[in-house]
Amino acid sequence: MKRFAQLLELLALTPSRNRKITALTQYFAEVPDPDRGFALAVLTGALTFRNVKPALLKDIVLAEVDPTLFAMSYDYVGDLGETIALIWPHHGEQSDLPSLTDLIELFNTTSKSELPKLIASLLTRAGINERWALVKLATGALRIGLSARLAKTALAEMSGKDLQEIEEVWHGLKLPYLDLFAWLDGKAERPDIDQSARFHPLMLSNPIDEEKDLAKLDPADFSAEWKWDGIRVQLVLGGGTVSLFSRTGDDIATAFPDIVDNVSGLAVLDGELLVGKNFEPGSFNDLQQRLNKKVASAKHLKESPAFIRVYDMLFDGREDVRPLEWTQRRARLEAWMVANPQTRLDLSEVLPFGDWDNLAKLRRQGADEHGHEGVMIKLRSSPYVPGRPKGFWFKWKRDPNVVDAVLMYAQRGHGKRSSFYSDYTFGVWKGNEIVPIGKAYFGFTDEELKLLDKWVRANTIQAFGPVREVKKKLVFEVAFDSAQQSTRHKSGVALRFPRINRIRWDKPASEAGTLEDMAVFVAAS
Amino acid sequence: MLLDRNLHIRAIDAFIDPSTPKARAIVTHGHADHARSGHGAVLATPDTIAIMKTRYGEDCAGTFEALEFGVPLLIDDVTITLYPAGHILGSAQVLVEHKGQRVVVTGDYKRLPDRTAQTFELVECNLLVTEATFGLPVFQHPHPKVEIGRLLASVRANPERAHLVGCYALGKAQRVIALLRDAGYDAPIYLHGAMLRLCALYEELGVPLGDLRPALDVPKAAFAGQIVIAPPSAIRDRWSRRFPDPVTCQASGWMSVKQRARQALVELPLVISDHCDWGELGQTIRETKAETVWVTHGREDALVYWCQQQGLTAEPLNIQGFEDDGGEGEE
Repeated sequence: MKRFAQLLELLALTPSRNRKITALTQYFAEVPDPDRGFALAVLTGALTFRNVKPALLKDIVLAEVDPTLFAMSYDYVGDLGETIALIWPHHGEQSDLPSLTDLIELFNTTSKSELPKLIASLLTRAGINERWALVKLATGALRIGLSARLAKTALAEMSGKDLQEIEEVWHGLKLPYLDLFAWLDGKAERPDIDQSARFHPLMLSNPIDEEKDLAKLDPADFSAEWKWDGIRVQLVLGGGTVSLFSRTGDDIATAFPDIVDNVSGLAVLDGELLVGKNFEPGSFNDLQQRLNKKVASAKHLKESPAFIRVYDMLFDGREDVRPLEWTQRRARLEAWMVANPQTRLDLSEVLPFGDWDNLAKLRRQGADEHGHEGVMIKLRSSPYVPGRPKGFWFKWKRDPNVVDAVLMYAQRGHGKRSSFYSDYTFGVWKGNEIVPIGKAYFGFTDEELKLLDKWVRANTIQAFGPVREVKKKLVFEVAFDSAQQSTRHKSGVALRFPRINRIRWDKPASEAGTLEDMAVFVAAS
Repeated sequence: MLLDRNLHIRAIDAFIDPSTPKARAIVTHGHADHARSGHGAVLATPDTIAIMKTRYGEDCAGTFEALEFGVPLLIDDVTITLYPAGHILGSAQVLVEHKGQRVVVTGDYKRLPDRTAQTFELVECNLLVTEATFGLPVFQHPHPKVEIGRLLASVRANPERAHLVGCYALGKAQRVIALLRDAGYDAPIYLHGAMLRLCALYEELGVPLGDLRPALDVPKAAFAGQIVIAPPSAIRDRWSRRFPDPVTCQASGWMSVKQRARQALVELPLVISDHCDWGELGQTIRETKAETVWVTHGREDALVYWCQQQGLTAEPLNIQGFEDDGGEGEE
């Protein structure tokens, strides 16, 4: 447990992604089975205990500590797990905790009535850092800023295997992942997992460079579709079982029962999850509301029903059709849709076009009239290749919207950028005042960052902790994909994917954009 | 009342640690939230006076009167005696006696012996005015040797990186250096400019700190594997860019809260405090046998609540000029 506690602490406190990966890699390489497998489960959030819950821990502590003092402490610390770990009285006699594996076994096998005594004695035995890790383990809320993907990346790095290969088997694995580690160590074949619930890594597109790419590409070799503004999903229909995965392989089925309960057949499909009635996509905001909920509410199911706009097929029945050309896969998909009538799936239409100018016009029209994000261009002869292969799929986004906004606040960055003011909040005019519309921390070069940092320091009005308010006189040309109404911002506007397009050192703040200018963008989306 | 809630001793018209200039002030120790410049007459320990003169200039008060620890000073019919508080060099508790009434104002204090400060002595009293910087039961300080061990282990494990240790310039910096020396670390320790004068003063006053060098005119690569002591504000700011891939460390009692260390971008938090933790506050209150406790400087509410649970009369003092800065100020 000591080793695991050290790992957790390092992951919580080191800002560097690479250093986190190195620490994980070392851990998985050095720690034996089955401890490392259980650690992986804890880190990826795959482990929960039936009887050990935050409320139980709180009860155990309140048997030791005055409730008023506990409440004052919780109020100060702000994190229940950490409050418990810090407030548990030191009794002086400490000894090593059981191994991670044994601890998990204890949590799972101890009867509900005996659990409080067990946990209290473990808390007393533990050193400060182990106590913190123990509480994190028991409550399941790590809050250490680690994604499951980073843990998988470390596994890939440790073994030299491809991240995609790991993601492919991930969802069929069972704790404590002995077959996974045996394979990663080169001692066994890749685990053979249940195909019917398996995630297959997605094929991704590259942005098109209008000037360089288009001239070289023959429009006759490509097909085009709208670029839908939802989330990319993979629907795995196992002939009775249904799994729904996000693009990174997270299982999101419980949030979308309206899809999962109403689809059938045997296939693996690739498409865009959207919400809206009668296959009319609503705004991304509506979808966001549903994504925020782990379990869908009755109101959401009624007002924002979900559907999938399908654009590709990976398995037709049990047959892997990924090696086939896109044209053949598309024909298979269309035939499958006819043979398997669906109420929650429809096809992404193929857009007819003559040449690139023709498609460019269509793309503009789609953006202006329907708020489409752009078009996808797919090589007709391309197989389905996981990852981001070059030359097969392109995204051709509509030109970004831009607004001239005034820098209002700057905040220090993290890691390498921690001595630089690199996160910028900017706003537009509303009458005589400037109201914030968004925040961005990229789009500029390292050289520009140095200049911006210097500017911020020279033009600070006041500082609040890591945040500086600056004189309202530097203008950014901010690019963004779309704008939406928002109740969360004072301006009533929220930008999607804002980035600093240009720094307008020359432009006076008085000529920056206004909230009225923003209304046009909100209306268009 | 011998002492009022502004720590004013009416009988002799003297204030303890006043935040605005007064005709007569008794100063417990040299930190800025206790020692201010501009008083008419200052009574303090010789070390505290030396610190005040170094920080604020020779003429930062009209007159200075030095009072050694344990020596009673009779002013009219009030007796003032200073006892070591163990917080920083020269830090004192003030015992005020009048007609059998005993009042102790602790100033800031810690119980654990530390060779950069005179060791705390317990003084029994009727009324205790105690600080409460770490006045919540979540504060249970580990032994500083353990924390210094973690720093040295990190230095060994990262020989290509510099370790920047954020410390307040007065007290914490010298204590951390002394702890490093006592743990056998005898390599040069580099100092931010803000540390130089006070480290030199500690040495002059008889606290040896070993080989100290300004972190100036040294090539970046030469800082690999070295320890650098700097004010907390500098370790993440522009100044830190001169060091190779620095590990940001901070030595403070606040660092026990990991979420807090994360927010402050501290990679290696060192829980080294110059104040009592929760257990020591309670222990001290009990041992002084005080019937009445006034709580100031920190998280008063929890400690007042605890005292009342123990059957003591207790109340918080909301002294003007002291702001709860959540740990960003001097400790």
